Amino acid sequence: MPQSLFIDIKNLSVGYTSRSGKTIPVLRDVNLSITRGDSIGLVGESGSGKSTLALAAMGYFKRGLHVISGQVQFDGIDMLNIERNALQRLRGGRLALIPQNSGQSLTPNLRIGQQIIEALRLHSDLPATGFDAGVIDLLSQVRLPDPIGLTDRYPHELSGGQQQRVAIAMALASDPEALLLDEPTTGLDVTTQAHIMELLRDLAKDRNLAMLYVSHDLGAIARVCNKVMVMYAGETVLTGSAKQVLLSPRHPYAHGLLASIPRLNEASLPQALDGRPPMPSETITGCAFADRCKLADQTCHSSPPQLNHLETGEAVRCFHHDQIGQLNRKPEKSARSNPVVADKDIALSLANLAVSYSRPGLLSKLFTPQDTPPSTVDRITIDIKKGETLGLVGESGSGKSTILKTIAGMVPAQSGNIILNQTEPLDTMVEKRPAAYLRQVQIIFQNPDDSLNPRHTVAQILAQPLRLYYGLSGTPLRDRSIAILEQVRLGEHYLERLPSQLSGGEKQRVAIARAFAADPEIILCDEVTSALDVSVQAAVLDLLDVLKRQDGTTYIFVSHDLAVVKAISDRVAVLYQGRICEIGPVAAVYSAPFHPYTDALLGAVLEPDPDVAPRLTADDAVELSPPKTGCPFQRRCPRKLGSICETNIPTAQEIAPGHIIHCHIPQVDL
Amino acid sequence: MTVSSTSHQQEQGRFITVMKDILARPSGRIGLTLVLFHILLALLSPLIAPYDFKLQNSSLMLSPPSSEHWLGADHLGRDILSRTLMGGREALLVTGIATPLAVIWGGFIGILFGLVGGRVDEVLMRVVDAFLSLPWILKMLVLIVTFGTGIGVLIPTLTFFYGIPVIRVARAATHDIIARDFVWAAKARGHSRISIIWRELLPNVLDTLMVEGAMRWSWMLLAFSSLSFLGFGVSPPTPDWGLMISDARGFMSFAPWGVIAPVIGLSSLIIGINLSADALAKALGIDRAQKAPM
Ligand SMILES: Nc1ncnc2c1ncn2[C@@H]1O[C@H](COP(=O)(O)OP(=O)(O)OP(=O)(O)O)[C@@H](O)[C@H]1O
Ligand code: SF4
Ligand code: SF4
Ligand SMILES: [Mg+2]
Repeated sequence: MPQSLFIDIKNLSVGYTSRSGKTIPVLRDVNLSITRGDSIGLVGESGSGKSTLALAAMGYFKRGLHVISGQVQFDGIDMLNIERNALQRLRGGRLALIPQNSGQSLTPNLRIGQQIIEALRLHSDLPATGFDAGVIDLLSQVRLPDPIGLTDRYPHELSGGQQQRVAIAMALASDPEALLLDEPTTGLDVTTQAHIMELLRDLAKDRNLAMLYVSHDLGAIARVCNKVMVMYAGETVLTGSAKQVLLSPRHPYAHGLLASIPRLNEASLPQALDGRPPMPSETITGCAFADRCKLADQTCHSSPPQLNHLETGEAVRCFHHDQIGQLNRKPEKSARSNPVVADKDIALSLANLAVSYSRPGLLSKLFTPQDTPPSTVDRITIDIKKGETLGLVGESGSGKSTILKTIAGMVPAQSGNIILNQTEPLDTMVEKRPAAYLRQVQIIFQNPDDSLNPRHTVAQILAQPLRLYYGLSGTPLRDRSIAILEQVRLGEHYLERLPSQLSGGEKQRVAIARAFAADPEIILCDEVTSALDVSVQAAVLDLLDVLKRQDGTTYIFVSHDLAVVKAISDRVAVLYQGRICEIGPVAAVYSAPFHPYTDALLGAVLEPDPDVAPRLTADDAVELSPPKTGCPFQRRCPRKLGSICETNIPTAQEIAPGHIIHCHIPQVDL
Repeated sequence: MTVSSTSHQQEQGRFITVMKDILARPSGRIGLTLVLFHILLALLSPLIAPYDFKLQNSSLMLSPPSSEHWLGADHLGRDILSRTLMGGREALLVTGIATPLAVIWGGFIGILFGLVGGRVDEVLMRVVDAFLSLPWILKMLVLIVTFGTGIGVLIPTLTFFYGIPVIRVARAATHDIIARDFVWAAKARGHSRISIIWRELLPNVLDTLMVEGAMRWSWMLLAFSSLSFLGFGVSPPTPDWGLMISDARGFMSFAPWGVIAPVIGLSSLIIGINLSADALAKALGIDRAQKAPM
């Protein structure tokens, strides 16, 4: 029996009214239907209208947005002309939403149990006597350990992944028939994310939910969705089954998007998708993607393509979808540039570096010296060669940023040395380091919104290092600024812009330009692409690689994304709780034998391929501080040997030249 | 072209954009119109007022609005329209001087606390908090009773008291900004302390202080009028809204115009300031509800 449409959006256009009184569409003529048991992934770059569409499915529109035309139905109910109270009852009732960061938006001062009871009271027909049992039931359904103990805890006493599970449990309180998820795992660790995805997948199946899953993460979509819809500039450009869309995309944009994702099984940089999507206010005469499309011709620029329904079940908005084969999946460039030559000099040595954030008071120093918590970062010894890119991977809290901040002199080292160019050790605090050294080490941060002063123009931002290190001013300053901007592929006209007038990718380019303006020898990159869309990320990675080839710069590249690190690094260090688990050349670390933690991380990576399932070895518990003795990974290690792991620091085993694994398991068994 | 001229033009350009943004909002247009109207009125009212504000006419005592006296007369038979038109002068003068002074000293100390940080900052903030937890009217009354009334006491008193909440705001804003990556980046490059404060911190904190100043202004007006109402502000016969409300409230039941006119004067000014502050905050991208720049 064919199932009836459950969520049915027909010809929906949504827009806002600009200051000049024009109606500007952000969604244009979108159709979307979901039956029960279906789980649809909605993908696209930021600004493509994904979230607007998902919210529209529950009859909700962000302030300023209104429906221009079209229909939204939920199980036959007209969601656009429904009386307020009935709508309220549907939302959070039969139709539940799990928004971005919903885990963090739990009420901070209310115990978990009370919050879920509140949800049960509002949205279920459970009698009050059944609440307690209901809470336990929901918490076990989202596979939280020790549900009874959890009910008495406050949200801040849970890890990010656990908070997200509680948020999901609350959404399930009403026994919903449809679930809308908006980037539900963004910001969570790979292992946590993988676990949540498995949970959602099972829930959808067990409860026969209709699910709409919004994400820019195609790996997550591949895992939970059976159908995918790709949006571009407010329009549907491609729909099809997850396999069709993710494995053989029939639209040039989807093709480019997939090619821009770094993958574990490729040793090269992903292909960048140049350009940016049009703003909603720009008038588009032809295909919205034409400016960025390699297949575009005259027709594409002059007339808009219609959505074509193919026999295979896909729908494509493209004149030339039959020529998609001309776009090569393989990158044009062969593998990334320069593997480091072994005889290069050492640019930076970290010698037995340790960092601690705890500042015990005088009293506890005197009376309970043994109680000081273990250092956040410890035993970091790495030599980085000139021109090398060292990747640092690990989950949140593994001390990646701390190591970079210590190298930059912003956090004092507890012990150990930082040595630049094989000279004498640097002072731990930046104020005391000689100016000549400061220029040589520059840092680029994760979030360009935070690392660029919102009150400074691009010219002022670039002037800072140029004036400080080179004393430039007047025309030479301006000329140099323009030259640097061109290096990061931005034009002179960007000089007078403020950060708020730039897109995310452009901001990060300015931040990169500022670092390169100092002409440094070492650049510390802290998650520099994780705030960016995948297509933009590919372009930024490419830029970093080109600049490095030009200047022979040394990078330390920190990321939680294993595929990104693989794409850009020569050598990788895997960190857990501030200790190195494994270090070695990329190819060696990403292939067997593995340290158990590396294995857990790699197994949890979600590939944008519906046929590849993650391997979940370790659980996703979060530890707040490293264990005092033994192996840092002992509490989560699936292969733990026994008490030796708790008492003895694992020895460094050199598996191959330069490839070192810190584990008690003998090399042959790893 | 030198960079300093660029940054100067930049500032000018910003002023114009912010102004345009404020005026593009209904709240900004209404608010600024009200404020400007009141300032003009304060300057020109001695010329427009139909009667001498202190002229008493016993035959007119508490008379209702008429064609001669549009808003009627008060208990001493003085023309209410003339007194209402002039009733904001003293308040605007005092708060117009005390508000910027309060923002300057409070802002200065707050930024200093924020920069020093650590124990010193925490202890000092406890003092500030303790001070803020006392009812303000009590604190001011103590001071005024000790030192007497009059502009010479009111301005320093208001400046002092209204600078203290500014300390909190300036300190919080400083803490916010110095934790941002762009400040870290400047430190890591090795810029001097002064340069970091001057270039990275101040421009951002000043935005917050401007909005705070506008808000403080309206609170201060209310405080000033309350003091007058209680008899510690302006001394008679100077016309002042607070004083007028106080004088007329006894006759409220049969001569309500005596209260209504100054209330409208005072509240329209305060609403005007609040609306402008709101529009300013939005134009500068400071979301006051969230207390953080968006
Ligand atoms: N200023 C600080 N004071 C105290 N503890 C801190 C501070 N900064 C970080 N930590 C702690 O130090 C540990 C390492 O943090 P760090 O920021 O280096 O991790 P990370 O690997 O960069 O994580 P993420 O991927 O989340 O950025 C964490 O447990 C964190 O809570
Ligand atoms: S219609 Fe033309 S421009 Fe648009 S995606 Fe297809 S080939 Fe590219
Ligand atoms: S040392 Fe022990 S606990 Fe640590 S990774 Fe190896 S087996 Fe696991
Ligand atoms: Mg970090």
